[in-house]
Amino acid sequence: MRLALLLLALAAPAHAQPVSHTRPGDYQAFGERPGLVRLMDRLMVGLLADPVTAPFFQRNQRRIKEQLVDQFCALLEGPCEYKGGAMDVVHKRWKIDRAQFNALVEVLQDAMAAEGIPFAAQNRLLAELAPMHRDIVTR
Amino acid sequence: MRGVVGAVLALLCLCRPAAAQSEAAPPPSRFDVPGPLFSGKLPLTGGVASLEGSAGGGLTPWALIGGQGTRDQIGGYGFATLVRSQDYELRVAGATVGLWDRVELSVAQQAFDTRNVGAALGLGRGFTFHQTVLGAKVRLAGDAVLEQDRWLPQLAVGLQFKDNDRAGVLRAIGARDDTGVDVYASATKLFLAQSLLLSGTVRLTKANELGILGFGGVDDRYEPQFEGSAALLLTRRLAVGAEYRMKPDNLAIVDEDDWADLFLAWSPNKNVTVTLAYARLGTVAIERGQRGLYLSLQLGL
Repeated sequence: MRLALLLLALAAPAHAQPVSHTRPGDYQAFGERPGLVRLMDRLMVGLLADPVTAPFFQRNQRRIKEQLVDQFCALLEGPCEYKGGAMDVVHKRWKIDRAQFNALVEVLQDAMAAEGIPFAAQNRLLAELAPMHRDIVTR
Repeated sequence: MRGVVGAVLALLCLCRPAAAQSEAAPPPSRFDVPGPLFSGKLPLTGGVASLEGSAGGGLTPWALIGGQGTRDQIGGYGFATLVRSQDYELRVAGATVGLWDRVELSVAQQAFDTRNVGAALGLGRGFTFHQTVLGAKVRLAGDAVLEQDRWLPQLAVGLQFKDNDRAGVLRAIGARDDTGVDVYASATKLFLAQSLLLSGTVRLTKANELGILGFGGVDDRYEPQFEGSAALLLTRRLAVGAEYRMKPDNLAIVDEDDWADLFLAWSPNKNVTVTLAYARLGTVAIERGQRGLYLSLQLGL
């Protein structure tokens, strides 16, 4: 019982107050807006080359890339605003499982590495993205 | 009886139309693409095989479920591990299955070769203790990797049933038993923004040197032992870390020390992991200051 309370105490505050994992300078480490545009171009090539992720990116590629640039830019505390739909809304028609979600993470890691983004900065961004699994993984 | 038959018939009748419907169902839409069957976890996020087979670090279990299977998948691995100190050699081979990222079952066969020490003790040169370890682990809550906005770690409980084949020698050195059960609880969390994984385990055990020297002795109580690991991700496929494992000291005639190691785990792809460690084992039976290399190869899905 005491353990359960402790666990609740540990789990609860995070809901109330999301912590930001990114640091000042991470936006620059990603090459600012031009770097993010290059990253998304590379990411889309990778997503279409991977048989696990390809079926999800057959349409609207330009729009997806633009929205990802805005979203990542905002998460990295750059001068952008993400105006796309909420994650649960834009993914709700799809059936996406954990392995498919993770496959995208791996393609993104490949793309970030190929763009020369430092590993620590990659991980700080991934820490921002990872909790989105709750809205994206629908299977 | 007639009621049961009626119920079965009724069920069959209910199932028929459903089955017919599913045959005629339209092909899945482009929004419903089946995921891969195997290896959906991110590299290294299934841990590596510990000396007792359970997934974790090399010395201690973690709350992670072994293998590369996600909650929709089955995963697992086979592994072989060699630890060689100045006076002893421990060889371990085993296999672990991870079911739906929820349950882990493992089996490990340990061979502890006393080399020249066996001769000194009158057991014969190369006298070897064999121990079989059957393990089960259940993930209770949390996700060590994805829940980066919460403090709750991944939590698991497990047990390891151990059976040593040298009952006669074990009795002679004062061990109470040649079989034993360890029970443990683990909490593991990846702090991704820091590229740091921390794990802690509390184990209730009577095992002397993992059980290789039997179970219990002058001291025959279950005592909680703490085990901890810290690992830093250098790349997606390479981690460096350290572990510490407290151990009991139950036998009257020999001392037993805590164990520690420094390790490097490398996963060139999802199917292969190699772990290299430098382990400090302290006094083992009659030999003091034991230290040496730990090498483990793991193949799986």
